[in-house]
Amino acid sequence: MSVRILINGEKKDLPGSISVSDLLDRFELPSQRVAIELNKTVIRKSNWAETLVNDGDRIEVVHFVGGG
Amino acid sequence: MRNADLNISFGPHFLYFAFFAPLRENHRMSDTFSLAGKTFSSRLIIGTGKYRSYQEMRASHAASGAEMVTVAVNRVPLDRKTESFLDYLDPKMQILPNTAGCYDADHAIRTARLAREALETDWLKLEVIGDKVTLLPDNEQTLEAAKVLVKEGFIVLPYFTDDLIMAKKLLDAGCPAVMPLAAPIGSGMGVQNPSNLKIMREQLPDATIIVDAGVGVPSDAAIAMELGADAILMNTAIAEARDSARMATAMKLAVEAGRLGYLSGRMPKRLYASASSPIEGAIK
Repeated sequence: MSVRILINGEKKDLPGSISVSDLLDRFELPSQRVAIELNKTVIRKSNWAETLVNDGDRIEVVHFVGGG
Repeated sequence: MRNADLNISFGPHFLYFAFFAPLRENHRMSDTFSLAGKTFSSRLIIGTGKYRSYQEMRASHAASGAEMVTVAVNRVPLDRKTESFLDYLDPKMQILPNTAGCYDADHAIRTARLAREALETDWLKLEVIGDKVTLLPDNEQTLEAAKVLVKEGFIVLPYFTDDLIMAKKLLDAGCPAVMPLAAPIGSGMGVQNPSNLKIMREQLPDATIIVDAGVGVPSDAAIAMELGADAILMNTAIAEARDSARMATAMKLAVEAGRLGYLSGRMPKRLYASASSPIEGAIK
């Protein structure tokens, strides 16, 4: 069953529920020095492999940029 | 510049520089800055935004002597590969993630938790902005976020309006330092309300006060330090200077000069002149 998620503010369709780790691979996102929030809760890196992304989930993947 | 330095070293003041200057230098070195159990020899904290290139940023960081730099948390773009910005920072630097771009306590708290997860640091520059035009802080939301984040073990350094009462509340909430603004972020207007900073220093003699935002030129930094600030955080004044690395050096010297000036205790201001040379005994 197709799953629609909102990742970094963009709607994306996935063929089914996948893990947070697989999500990073799918979108070719870095896995070092990034942090992930699923529905406003931080998912620790140690839990990425076992945490599934489901229909309607909101995901934020952040890294660091220049700032003051 | 280098030639001039050499001339001084071997000129008439050679003995002075050889014997007394090192003592003074030691005195200066011993004036360290401690925050949340960490000791810094530099009282300048600088940003990583707005530089024209990473190379320029690195050169400016090195020239500034700063030991702590701020970084911002941002969404990873989905449509393109990104360079790892953090690789351009000197690994010895204390990284201070900020919550820039957050307009309420909830967003700032979420951003802080993400920053801690990614960087494995409890250090945080808490910034909750009240409006897009002025980027002035929302003190109420800042205090609310500070209370939550301190309980979660963050080392919360809050950016706020230069207000004594708010400073007291933030310190009571457990912030190890307060960071009043000198002027709006990126404005380069300098210390707009020196009396507020002076009052804050006098009323909170034991608090760590870091002036954050609004410095434009080295004299602004010196003024803030002369007023008793413990440190200064700046970004745009260095990043937008025509020669960023040279401005970084200027800011380093200004912060040191202002600090020494504050520690030395200024002469009293007088409305009228006070002769420096003896008036008695002048030829008639």
